[in-house]
Amino acid sequence: MSTVLESLNTSLHQAMTRDERVYMIGEDLMDPYGGAFKVTRGLSTEFPERVLTTPVSEAGIVGLAGGMALRGLRPVVEIMFGDFITLAADQLINGITKFHWMYNQQVNVPIVVRLPMGGRRGYGPTHSQTLEKLFLGVPGLRVLAPSALGNPGDLLERAILEDDGPVLFVENKLLYLQDIIDPSAEAEFVLISNTTTETYAPTYSLTLRDSPPPILTLTAYGYMAELARAAVLKLAYEHEIFCEMIVLTQLSPFESKTLLPVPLLTSIQRTQRLLTIEEGGITMGWGAEVVARASEAVGDALQSATRVAARDIPIPASVSMEEMVLPSVDTIVQAAKKMV
Amino acid sequence: MPDDQALYRGLYRIRRFEETVLNEFSSGLFYGTTHTYLGQEANAVGVLDHLQKEDIVFSNHRCHGHFIAYGGDPRALFAELMGKKTGVTGGRGGSQHIHWKNFYSNGILGSTVPVGTGAALAEKFKDSNAVTIIFLGDGTLGQGVVYESLNLASLWDVPVLFVVENNRIAQTTPIELAVAGEIPPRFNAFGIPTTELNTSDVCEILPTARELIAEIRGEAAPRALILHTHRFGPHSKGDDTRPEEEIKRLHAKHDPIKIHAERLDKNARTIIETEIDAQISEAFDLAKNDPLPAYI
Ligand SMILES: Cc1ncc(C[n+]2csc(CCOP(=O)(O)OP(=O)(O)O)c2C)c(N)n1
Ligand SMILES: [Mg+2]
Repeated sequence: MSTVLESLNTSLHQAMTRDERVYMIGEDLMDPYGGAFKVTRGLSTEFPERVLTTPVSEAGIVGLAGGMALRGLRPVVEIMFGDFITLAADQLINGITKFHWMYNQQVNVPIVVRLPMGGRRGYGPTHSQTLEKLFLGVPGLRVLAPSALGNPGDLLERAILEDDGPVLFVENKLLYLQDIIDPSAEAEFVLISNTTTETYAPTYSLTLRDSPPPILTLTAYGYMAELARAAVLKLAYEHEIFCEMIVLTQLSPFESKTLLPVPLLTSIQRTQRLLTIEEGGITMGWGAEVVARASEAVGDALQSATRVAARDIPIPASVSMEEMVLPSVDTIVQAAKKMV
Repeated sequence: MPDDQALYRGLYRIRRFEETVLNEFSSGLFYGTTHTYLGQEANAVGVLDHLQKEDIVFSNHRCHGHFIAYGGDPRALFAELMGKKTGVTGGRGGSQHIHWKNFYSNGILGSTVPVGTGAALAEKFKDSNAVTIIFLGDGTLGQGVVYESLNLASLWDVPVLFVVENNRIAQTTPIELAVAGEIPPRFNAFGIPTTELNTSDVCEILPTARELIAEIRGEAAPRALILHTHRFGPHSKGDDTRPEEEIKRLHAKHDPIKIHAERLDKNARTIIETEIDAQISEAFDLAKNDPLPAYI
């Protein structure tokens, strides 16, 4: 049994071992510190030449990594807190994600930018956000977010070694210490991992073992998948509402042909009800796009849809207020009960 | 050292290309925008003449002169400005966003500086011995990411030459309103040795650039070259806010073509000019007849 943090750390070691073109770039990466959240621990000891601990220059290091990628290396950038990605937004949006297309497909930019995101650590308004929604839909950019399901490290390793385009890799901070949930060892849920030809990032579907047919589809990613899983249990045992849950690991781009991952569509067609759960702010969020796509894809088969997300205010530092802003197991349960 | 005739060819080729662009913009054949290199030709020719095959150039919005001096095909650049399929980037990038071989440009001011620094660092890691040249204007010195990059380039001994083309103006804003203090200390503060030249004479730029590029290649460390220069044309097209007398004065005193022409006899000059005029007009005509992209 390993944690999400261990899984990610192991995969970084493996990626650097397997491919000499992989470089690790970020602030305070050197051992013994090994990065603010310790995801890069041990790398600077094992690969001193390929771990670059940097000045506090988010735009500079993301741009620099973009240039390294243009010239055939495979840099991985750690942004200490995902909130700081706004400083590098120009490098991503007006540069790195455009080079392949605007230079007429003559170049590739294989760069992974890792973003520790999310709240519930009391870090306050500028160190607790879930900002990836700002980057969803940016052409030429893949946005991935592992959860505790399956193999987060494998997802990261494939992004580093196999993806020839830019990737934002969103790591919720609360996931780091969670144990990984292995589908084959899962007792309460039937957990199925699905992949498509469009991406290497899997979509997971979960239903309670030996339960009646689900009447509601929940979809979530990252740490919200953990809360949603707890909500599914509560809904079943306390309210006799049975749900199917679909967990995405690729947030952007969406499937070009089917609009949404097929397991999600199939589930919506079965239950006719869709509840989206995300930690980012509700307005113009991931859930809004999922609901719009679900409606376009299944038409009248979608009877009702609801979004659970953070309120549109900054994340407060105080634990009591933080809880009032972010989605919780309770808010998910309440939203689900209203739908059936 | 290239001979005077070759240099004249290089300068005059850019001049004719850019004059054609400005003159023909009103005919509606070009689409979008342009920033001509008129008056600054000696910078591109003087700096890029020393490049080896593996060397890299990061250019900016004012990239036509850099591209042509790098060896880029005028027809492909005309075609790009017309949005044609045969353009440098197939009509996708337009005037400011081109890529060919080891030449890259981007229209976001300053954004190329970290990317170019990263490219240079990658080449250092790969032991390719390549030097990277990054062109930027005086106005671009207002961008913060430039200084993040200078810091990184110096900390990590990145083999890069920062070339500031100081034409003392950014679009319509004179340097007095945009750049505080002096330019060289901005580089010196990061420990980057800086050379300044105040000339439009390609024969003065050439040896200095050669020396700097050799130093960078030898030591794998950054250098800066500040070229005080003059923009003859509008910022883009027809948007010059400067008095006409000032432009006339610049032409009279600082024209790189005229300065270098003095070194050639009249006969040799006429031969070169006739040859290049024909080349450029042929390139233009070919591009004009090239097809627009039919799909995306
Ligand atoms: C980030 C950004 N801001 C503004 C512009 C618009 N713009 C294009 S060129 C220019 C002036 C640039 O001046 P300078 O760096 O001195 O270069 P020059 O045009 O003189 O060659 C401006 C403001 C831009 N392209 N990118
Ligand atoms: Mg200028």
